[in-house]
Amino acid sequence: MSITDLDLYGQAILLLAGLIALTSFLMLGQSRLVRLVVIFAMQGFLLAAATALAAGVLNYPHLYISAALSLVLKGIVIPFLLHRLIRRLGLHRVMDTIDHPARVMMAGASLVVFSYYVSLPVVAHSPLVTLNAIAVSLAVVLLGMLLMITRRQAVAHVVGFMSIENGLFFAAVVSTYGMPMVVELGVAFDVLVAAVVFGVFFFQISASIDSLNVDQLSKLSEVDK
Amino acid sequence: MIAVYLILLIPLIGMGLLALLGDSPKAGLINTRCNLLALLAAIWLAVDVLWNGPQLSIGRMLYIDSFNVYLVALTAFVGSTTSIFSGPYMQHERDIGRLTAARLKLYYSMYQGFMLAMYLVLTTNNMGVMWVSMEGATLATVLLVSLYRSPESVEAAWKYFILCGVGIAQALFGTVLLYFAAEQKLGVGGDALLWTELHEHAGVLDPAILGLAFVFLLVGYGTKIGLVPLHNWLPDAHSEGPTPMSAILSGLLLNDALYAVVRCKMLVDGSLGTHMAGYLMMGFGLLSFLVAALFLHRQTDIKRLFSYSSIEHMGLMTFAFGVGSPWATFAALFHMTTHSLTKSAIFVTVGHAAQLAGTQRMDKIRGLILTQPNIGWGLLIGTVAIAGFPPFGVFASEFLVLVATMHDYPWLTPFLLLGIGLAFAGLFRHIQAMVYGEVPEGQKPIEANLWPVMLHLALVLWLGLSIPGFLGNWFNQATQLISGGLPQ
Repeated sequence: MSITDLDLYGQAILLLAGLIALTSFLMLGQSRLVRLVVIFAMQGFLLAAATALAAGVLNYPHLYISAALSLVLKGIVIPFLLHRLIRRLGLHRVMDTIDHPARVMMAGASLVVFSYYVSLPVVAHSPLVTLNAIAVSLAVVLLGMLLMITRRQAVAHVVGFMSIENGLFFAAVVSTYGMPMVVELGVAFDVLVAAVVFGVFFFQISASIDSLNVDQLSKLSEVDK
Repeated sequence: MIAVYLILLIPLIGMGLLALLGDSPKAGLINTRCNLLALLAAIWLAVDVLWNGPQLSIGRMLYIDSFNVYLVALTAFVGSTTSIFSGPYMQHERDIGRLTAARLKLYYSMYQGFMLAMYLVLTTNNMGVMWVSMEGATLATVLLVSLYRSPESVEAAWKYFILCGVGIAQALFGTVLLYFAAEQKLGVGGDALLWTELHEHAGVLDPAILGLAFVFLLVGYGTKIGLVPLHNWLPDAHSEGPTPMSAILSGLLLNDALYAVVRCKMLVDGSLGTHMAGYLMMGFGLLSFLVAALFLHRQTDIKRLFSYSSIEHMGLMTFAFGVGSPWATFAALFHMTTHSLTKSAIFVTVGHAAQLAGTQRMDKIRGLILTQPNIGWGLLIGTVAIAGFPPFGVFASEFLVLVATMHDYPWLTPFLLLGIGLAFAGLFRHIQAMVYGEVPEGQKPIEANLWPVMLHLALVLWLGLSIPGFLGNWFNQATQLISGGLPQ
């Protein structure tokens, strides 16, 4: 089955899925923190667009609420908070070092292939859209982790963490038409509180090590030194 | 059913109240009273369930059966006794200038917030809400780990937040997959995440999806249990946070995360019809058990020592639930109880010992019995109990795990014995010097409230000598529920 056989909704969702995966790759290669946050906001907008599309076309009105939540939280509030923190901590000119960018990109590409490999048996009897949705969201989760592994700045870790949440939301929306409302609200609340707590931590970390480079957080070790 | 609402309502009110009054001298008392009220409600609920069987709340949001009701009672009990210890302890920390009024407010209000999250994890019937409250427990405790604002504590809290946050995100992916499998059969809507519905229809759910979901759920909640190799946050968070926090993290949070995994295992077993979930849990459990036992030998910080011991015991329980026979399940439930009582008692004693010596470094803590006999003996007896000596309850439960393993997987018993031996040596090489040994210059007794410790240890001793009838009955019912059979 090729992509042109799908209805317009299916094609649009696949396009958005592709774009969301693309933003994950862009984040992986972006070493300026301010731009990293902007790309993250774009991912939030794409996620909200996908949710609203599913709500409108498939006629699940409760998804509009979850689209609005994504738009407000992931697209506006959290990027805005992060941006303000970057300014206040004077990090807007800081370049995060990425060791071996080419290898990181190759690793990212292999993670996408791996996600498809894992998802294939699971969605063997499902439509094409579901397969891509599950695979892409798993890939976004794994790419978020890769972002966290390859970076040294605490802000980049938070962006990676939040982009993992984006991947999870995308999976929930496209494959299952959204989780029950109470769960969606609970998750959104947790994400919001987490964002605030992260902000508190930035100040605590910069007060204690005078920067946000997590490499310097190395006082505690598994065994005595 | 009213009791369940009370259990959730009391900590909620307590959280609000202590957010306002947390810096007053009465705050410790308010905290204790809230916990004791919740304990009363938990006992009421337990009696209710014992007489009337499992209960489903209106709207099916809350579900109580014999498995979670005993954990609710245990949570409330450990929460209460720890809060009795926490009052004077935190006052002492404030007096020596380690804490400000605002941080004390945060501490007390988040103590109640954490209790609320724990009760919600246990009582909810919705797998999604379970995830939300598990994440809520992280959020409530993460700022408490960095309460002292030392560079070490900030590092520990950051590690805790990032590792547990990413870990538990995996569990959310697992939950989404679970919902994906369920709504194909049960239809779109709130019902498809209700545990009772899922359990009833487990046989028709797609095994391929549930298998994958369980991997994610185990990794996610396993991070919170502290399973190796996802355990790095645990010793840091335990050693740098205030001691009452270590006691309830070790005694409650780890248990409740394991509870979540076992609930998921019950669903997956029903769908797969194989032992896949059990094998995964056995593997992770045994690895954690052995690795943590080895790490015990190389510690310098007393709270880190006992947090590795927690990882070791959680590994043993995960292993026993993984074996899955009625005897092993019974042993795991029993071990959950004895470990959580003993470990919280030890952390309370350790807190006093560290205040007495003015440090947590084990090579600086010396001569506890000579300086203050009740702390010294408390630590010694607690360690004897946790290392699995008879006649304490931990011996009985570990022995049951061994017997159950010998029955089903005889070739694994040497590994268990090796781990138990290693852990015993690892604990005692450090403890002996601290308890006996010469008294350092100028070490003076402090004001210590040790009756929560004595109460816990007495209960563990009682459980080691005989399991009271009502508790045995509970364990039997829960075993029947989880493993589908009774231990004969």
